[in-house]
Formats: sequence, structure tokens, C-alpha cells
Amino acid sequence: MKKNTTNTEELETRHRGNWKEKIKPYLYIAPAFVGIGLFTIYPVIKVLIWSFQKVNQLDTSKTKWVGMKNYSYLLSNGAFQKTLLNTFIYTGATLAIIMTCALILAFWLNKSQGHLTMFTQGAAFMPHVISSVSIALVFSMMMNPSFGLFNKVLTAVGLPASPWLTSSSTAMPSVVGVASWKAIGYYCLIIIGALQSISASIYEAASLDNAGAGVTLRKITIPMISPQLFFVMITMTIGSFKVFDTVRLLTDGGPNNATSVLVYYIYKQVFWESNIGRACAAGIVLLVLVGVLTVIYFRLLSKRVHYQ
Amino acid sequence: MYKVRKRIGSVISVILKLIVSFIFIFPFLWMLSVSLQSDAETQSMSLTLIPKVLQFQNYVNAWHSAPFPLYIRNSLLIIVGIVVLQMLIMVPAAYAFAKMEFKGKNILFGIILIAFMMPIQIRFIPIYFMMSDWNLIDTLWSQIIPHMTDAFGIFLLRQYFMQVPDELIEAAKLDKSTDLQIMWKIMLPMSRPGVASVILLSFVGHWNDYFWPLVMTNSDAVRPITIGVARLKATEGSLFWNTIMAGNMFLVIPVLIIYFFMARNIIKSFTYTGIK
Repeated sequence: MKKNTTNTEELETRHRGNWKEKIKPYLYIAPAFVGIGLFTIYPVIKVLIWSFQKVNQLDTSKTKWVGMKNYSYLLSNGAFQKTLLNTFIYTGATLAIIMTCALILAFWLNKSQGHLTMFTQGAAFMPHVISSVSIALVFSMMMNPSFGLFNKVLTAVGLPASPWLTSSSTAMPSVVGVASWKAIGYYCLIIIGALQSISASIYEAASLDNAGAGVTLRKITIPMISPQLFFVMITMTIGSFKVFDTVRLLTDGGPNNATSVLVYYIYKQVFWESNIGRACAAGIVLLVLVGVLTVIYFRLLSKRVHYQ
Repeated sequence: MYKVRKRIGSVISVILKLIVSFIFIFPFLWMLSVSLQSDAETQSMSLTLIPKVLQFQNYVNAWHSAPFPLYIRNSLLIIVGIVVLQMLIMVPAAYAFAKMEFKGKNILFGIILIAFMMPIQIRFIPIYFMMSDWNLIDTLWSQIIPHMTDAFGIFLLRQYFMQVPDELIEAAKLDKSTDLQIMWKIMLPMSRPGVASVILLSFVGHWNDYFWPLVMTNSDAVRPITIGVARLKATEGSLFWNTIMAGNMFLVIPVLIIYFFMARNIIKSFTYTGIK
């Protein structure tokens, strides 16, 4: 009898212990999910809802559903079309420039190991850790049409001066240039990391088979680093779609909307036009663009773009 | 002949490397140069590469042109607030995902990865109004709380925690250590580089951040240094470029010092995702 009670007690405590053990992981992740719920899931749902509404922030009872009106406004609005086009031009141009420069630099700098090589890598990477505020300030000073360093140098060597950020035809290339300069080193070092993860034995095997440099590059190097190259291209594209700081600081979207991009448009709709519905619809456009790229990335990743 | 060609090749490669380094370093040297130029040198139509007399006065002027001690204090409070809050929240979560088994683990971790992809550039709209409902707009809190969970940080910490051998944890459990003790005495010390990475990324990221404080603040009392420095240009006309660049140096120097001493670690932390 006595034995029996202790047994049930024991069982009970063990059972209770189990129950505690079971709930423990959820307690550990709970605070993180409070954060994700409040500041990621809820806001994204809210943006989606607002994108179908005419939002009145002062008197929320006056907020009404307007169906697709915000979206149809955006699609037919010249300024938004220009913004979307600018975003694609910016993205395409930075992608092409950064990818080309980063690849060339990576293949070249990967060949040697000396102090100077490390220094060059460190120098190229440096702009990545500096605030875009600082970089935008320096470049807008250097690109100043009358007092700027760039035009002083151009005229000194007999070339025509450029209006840089102040003309609608040169503003976008200037912004693209600054953004590319800032990012090349980062992507270059990611590619170098990928190159160095290829084991030397594969190259030895290739050279035993008398494979030439071109064949080695095409049949070994490129396939081996292709997952990282895809990663780089996707993150770069997503990053470019989300550009804001450089544009806001260098040109403020101008001149004449020449550098207005998606996030800048959203920002302006919220704080200048107080049109939350339209801002959210534009936000959903951004989310869809980012989402499509993310899905493509994970698809390619799961298909394993390289041989191993 | 072969030797000579090799020699020339290596000389060219050295020169090319110097040129490439120069392209990336030059804007910072130029920032430094202008910050030490006299008003006349900055305004002149001719080019001054190295100022005749170093005008350290520009730094004093810049320091007094805006409440810099306040900006720097705000930046530091925001960063410390974010890092402490994130560590308290992310370490247990990463530990659970790395070392515990529970129902729905994969789905929940998937949610974290998806959350990581949701751009702050759209989430800011509802968060802005949420903060304004809570009366937190234009406070330091609205610059700290929304960053409480960094999905990428959890991902990174989990990667490091997973590398800690299970045997160590089993042994600690036999010694009647609680999970809190295991986290504090085994997981954190064993994954020191990972923790350092997360803190470093958070520090540099938030010191440099422009977008979030731009959205959340509108008075000097709570503005961080990025906004303060960006506003120097708005007062262009009253301030010459030399003063603006001196102010800019206040923003750049701390990061450059950290970068100078820890370049290798910083590069590793920043490029980690790309390599894995």
C-alpha cells in the first residue's frame, strides 16, 4: 500500500517533469516569436490589408475598403511607372557592374596571398562597413558641379565637366556608380571565400589530366562556385530593389524624379503625401518582387546547382 | 628572359593592386583632406590635395555646429539597448533550435527564415503607427524595441550552437546543471566567435543605420549620429564642406578604428552567409 503511493507519486512527478520538459523549448523561443509576431508578421499582414483600403490615420473609423483602387492608381500613375522603371534600371545596372568587377577582382586577388593582396582586399571591403551617410556626403561633395573634385580633375585633363547628380540624364548613372563602388568589395570577398573552399586536390586531378586553364575554369571553378554566385546575385538583386539611403541622401529622388526608386516612393507616400494605402500597395509590389526572387533562389538551391 | 618577364608581371600586379586599393581608399583620404582645409581652400576653383596649414579648428567648429555629444550618446544607448535585448531573446531561441527536440521545430524555424526575408522598408509603415499609438515616436525606445528579434542573428547563433558537442551538454545535465547554466557556461563560451560576430554585425549595422532613425525621430534629443551628420549637409550654405567633412569624420572614425584592428574578423562575420 505504502509502496504503491510512492510509486504513483513518483510517476506523477516524472509525468509533471515530462510536461515541463515538453513545454520548455516553447518558452525559450517564445520571446523571439513575440518579436517576430509584433514586428514582422503583424506589420506585413497590416500592409497587405491597408493596400486595399483608403486609410485615415486620424480617424480610423473613416478608413474604408477600396478594393484594387490603390493598385490601379499606381499602375496608371506616371510617377510610379517611372519609379518602377528606375528601380529596374538601377538594379540591372548595379548587378551588371558589381558582378563583373567583383568576379574579375576575385579571380585576380585569389591567385596570390601576400600582404599587399590582403591589403587590397581589406581596402575594397572597407566601404561596406562605412555608413551610407558618410559615403553619400563625400560623393556629393566630389560630384559638386562647380567645386567638386571630379569636375576639377576632368577639366584639368581637358575633358568636359559633368553635371553628375544635378541633371536628370547623369543622376542615375552617378547613383549607380556610388552604390557599386560601395558594394564591390563585399561581393568580391564572398566570391574569394567560395573560390578558396574548392579543395586543391580537384585542381591537382585536373592538371594530371592535362586540363587547360580555360577548361578548368569552365568545368571546375564555375560549377563549384555556382551556388555562391547564385546567392550573390539574388541577395544583390533583392538589396538593389530595397535601395533607399543612397538615393535619399544623394539626390532626394531628383532631379525631376530621375532617381526615384520604389522604397523612396513608399517613404514619400507615407511622410509627404500621407497616403498610407498607396504606400502599402507599392510595398506589396516590393514584397512580391523580393518574394519571387527568394523562391527562385530556394528552388535553385534545392536543385543543387553544383556537382559534388 | 622568362625571369625578366615574370619580374615585370609581378611589378605590374603590384601597381595594379595599389591602384585598386587607391580607388577604394581615396574618398576617405579626400574626406580627411577636406576636413583639414581652410575655408578659402575648400571654396577655391583650383584643387587643393593637401592643405597648407592643417585646420583642426574645423573639428571644433563641427563639434559645436550640432549637439554631437548628444547624438553619440543616443547612438550608443540605442546600440547597447538593441544588443542586450537581442542577446536575451536570441540566445535562448537559438539554443532551443540547436539543441532541443520539439514538435513543429522545423516549421517554426522556417517562419524565422521567412521573417528574415520581409523587408524593413515596408514593415516600417505599420510599426510607425504602432509606435505612435504607444507614444514612442521620437524616443529611443522606438529605435530599440522593433529590433528585438533579429531573425538572421538567431540563424547565425544556431549555426554556432549546433557545433557544440552534445556530449558536453549531456555531461552537464548529469551534473544537474540547468539549461540556463548550460547556455551561460557552455554554449556562450564555446561559441564565442559566433556571439562576437552577432554583436559586431549589430554594432556596425546600427551605428551606420540611417533609415530607421529617419523614420522614427524628429528631434535632436533622440537622434543618433547618422541623422545628425546627414543634417549637416542640409545646413550647407551656412556650413562649408570642410566643416561638414569634419563632422563626417565623427561618424566614420569609430568604425574605421574597429575595422583597422579587426578587419579579418569583420570580413569573416560579414561574408559568413555567402560562404556557408
